Amino acid sequence: MLQPKPKSNVLEKRAEIIAGLKAVLPERAVIGDDVSLKPYETDGLTAYKQMPLAVVLPEDEAQVVAVMKFCHLHGIRIIPRGAGTSLSGGALPLADAVVIGMMRMNKILDINYADRYAVVQPGVTNIAITQAVQDEEFFYAPDPSSQLACMIGGNVSMNSGGAHCLKYGVTANNLLGLRLVTIEGEVLEIGGKQMDAAGYDWLGLITGSEGQLGVLTEVTVRILHSPEGARAMLAGFASNEVAGACVDAIISSGIIPVALEFMDKPAIHACEDFAHAGYPLDAEALLIIEVEGSETEQTEMLARIRDICAAYNPVSMRVSQTAEESAAIWKGRKGAFGAVGRISPDYLCMDGTIPTSQLPNVLKRMQAMSDEYGLKVANIFHAGDGNLHPLIMFDANDVESFHKAEAFGADILKLCVEVGGCLTGEHGVGIEKRDLMSVQFTPAELDQQRRIKTAFDPDWLLNPSKVFPLSGLSAAA
Amino acid sequence: MMTPDTEEALAAAIRDASGPLLVQGNGTKLSMLRPVQAAAMLSTANLSGITLYAPNELVMSAKAGTRLSEIEKTLAEAGQQMICEPPHIHGENQTIGGIVASNLSGPRRVTGGAIRDHVLGVRAVNGSGEILKFGGRVLKNVTGLDVAKLLTGSFGTLAVMTEVTFKVLPVSEATGTIVLRGLDAEQGVAALSAGLGSPFFVTGAAYLPAERKAFLRIEDFATSVKYRTEKLAGQLSEFGAAEILGTEDSIALWRDIRDCKFLEASEAVWRLSVVPSAGPAILRALAPLGVTGFLDWGGGLVNLTGPADQATHDAVCQAASVAGGTWWLMQAPEPLRAVVDVVPPEPVALAAIRARVQASFDPRGILNPGRLRAA
Repeated sequence: MLQPKPKSNVLEKRAEIIAGLKAVLPERAVIGDDVSLKPYETDGLTAYKQMPLAVVLPEDEAQVVAVMKFCHLHGIRIIPRGAGTSLSGGALPLADAVVIGMMRMNKILDINYADRYAVVQPGVTNIAITQAVQDEEFFYAPDPSSQLACMIGGNVSMNSGGAHCLKYGVTANNLLGLRLVTIEGEVLEIGGKQMDAAGYDWLGLITGSEGQLGVLTEVTVRILHSPEGARAMLAGFASNEVAGACVDAIISSGIIPVALEFMDKPAIHACEDFAHAGYPLDAEALLIIEVEGSETEQTEMLARIRDICAAYNPVSMRVSQTAEESAAIWKGRKGAFGAVGRISPDYLCMDGTIPTSQLPNVLKRMQAMSDEYGLKVANIFHAGDGNLHPLIMFDANDVESFHKAEAFGADILKLCVEVGGCLTGEHGVGIEKRDLMSVQFTPAELDQQRRIKTAFDPDWLLNPSKVFPLSGLSAAA
Repeated sequence: MMTPDTEEALAAAIRDASGPLLVQGNGTKLSMLRPVQAAAMLSTANLSGITLYAPNELVMSAKAGTRLSEIEKTLAEAGQQMICEPPHIHGENQTIGGIVASNLSGPRRVTGGAIRDHVLGVRAVNGSGEILKFGGRVLKNVTGLDVAKLLTGSFGTLAVMTEVTFKVLPVSEATGTIVLRGLDAEQGVAALSAGLGSPFFVTGAAYLPAERKAFLRIEDFATSVKYRTEKLAGQLSEFGAAEILGTEDSIALWRDIRDCKFLEASEAVWRLSVVPSAGPAILRALAPLGVTGFLDWGGGLVNLTGPADQATHDAVCQAASVAGGTWWLMQAPEPLRAVVDVVPPEPVALAAIRARVQASFDPRGILNPGRLRAA
């Protein structure tokens, strides 16, 4: 992976920079020795590693401001980091960059049930928000698979999704406000606790901007009352095409389930071995469909869905009868990445989105590519919204196998764009897909985005080498 | 007035422009916000037509000049609808481009999200005449900066949208409304809050002070609507006996709420977005000034009308600011709109970034200059 040339004047002054950071921060908030820096050399995209110059772990907004001012003054690059779960290398360090880790800013500052919001610091984990409000039967809706570990600051930065965004939307649809520290150390209050904001939609622009525009210090999220109950059902089909047609039929009927997930045969087997959820092993494709409401409402809605599925000759169909059974069904799905990790030494998780009608076509072409590259692929798919997660299995000890996997992944994403979709649905561009951006955007479209980045960060110090292809970097910076 | 027939011609018109352009669709929103001083007008009215509709994928694309009424008719024929039910407060000529450029959403915004939550992609021409597309036609997309959201609600001051793609949803089989009577504004908003904080997925929550009534809407399959309206009405019994409206009455009522039919005719109209619990105090504080209105979005959207003078405007803005919220001057005679802040002023640091972002799209400053803020 090509990285921008480290600034030699920064590398040379490493000791002074670490001392300078210790002068503006508490000693405990600065990490400068190689042993302690080691855990920060990679994130969820472990194929890439790079030791940073230093790591700072600010404990409040004032310390974030101090770091930004110091780095801005000295022209030092900054890599924001939450829990380090990015699957696209969003938090991969640079040799001449200071990683600003947000995990110590992990307080829940305010919860308001009457007005239905929670104000939290960026280092609060996704699940911790729901845990903080669940006694009142409220929850925070977006639920990425990494929700036990990933932090809300990272969720905002990547505009994370999850299995239930078909009904509740992604992170961007569940935010009200932010506090953002600019590279100059100015604190911007974006949005608020109300629903709409006058003027430009800064909240929308900053969400999913992958640390390119500033560092978050506070997030105000919407919280919702939990439904009376939820129940999942499984429907296995004889082919991907038939399962895809069934998804179409469900949506066309006017039913929007809260979740509608698709797994192909390799994924079914990997997940069943791991979760023992009772997935049908003889099916070529499996749908997990979840509905919400009272017992009666669940029963009625599932009956309608069963009727639709029945028209597509399912090889099996099973409605969960207990909360435990539903939990097992979701354990298999949410543990899918780990499950594939059990059958292959390594895998790359892709994240393209396609128009749902293209599903059978894309799966067929992906299988052809799999044969061509000689690498297996398992598919997990948020079928309701077209977000594909092909898991390409390879062996990281075999360099050729890794390069093949990368090329295979790139071909899949190009295919997604070709059929009317996009490179990434919820994992972000990061470093992984940066050089594919020109497949989706024209030079003028990329330049317009670069100019927006420049308006916030004139010297391109914030998370450089991510999102935008390196080739245009010097021109815009 | 330039009304190009193609995106290329529109781009050429912008490239060739020698000075500021008043950008509009059918011009239905020109009484909103600040007047633009421009010698030439550029309209998207002739860029019209639905270009993609895939009901099974919940997605539609339409050229910017397509009338909202045409879009709603096409959707209705397939049993679908715009999720945020945009208000028809600017008549039947308003275009989808205008709706997106103004980010105007109706009652369902309270749980279903605003137009900005449903815009999936845009095609637009920036101030240099470059044709750009951002986002796409798929429901989940985090590729690059979300410029489609940035353009939504930007009132044509960054780029001229030529086509928009948005998510749609099925029309529910049934609609029910719980009507609670004899409530003051605090009680009304408390009832709305209890409903929105219930498991019953309320999709509309409005309070009319003149009638002292609170309304909560539920939309779903008929049996669900019956079950949930009855259950929720029971839970709200402390607010008095509820009347429950059926589908037909509900649809008519929420159409009137959407279109602000409950605002008295007056010279100035404001729209305030605040935390829901702040709504009642704002109504009460402004009543002595002859400002009246009603609450939507559970109390968080304050629709107001009153005299069009500086003192009243200042009082309205002050009330929104005190509540930590935001405002738009939706309608007023031009002399007032030309001299007041029609949206809240920006802090200095944000204003500097905003100016740079604006220049990054429109270096000559020719697209709707001064529409949102004095140049």
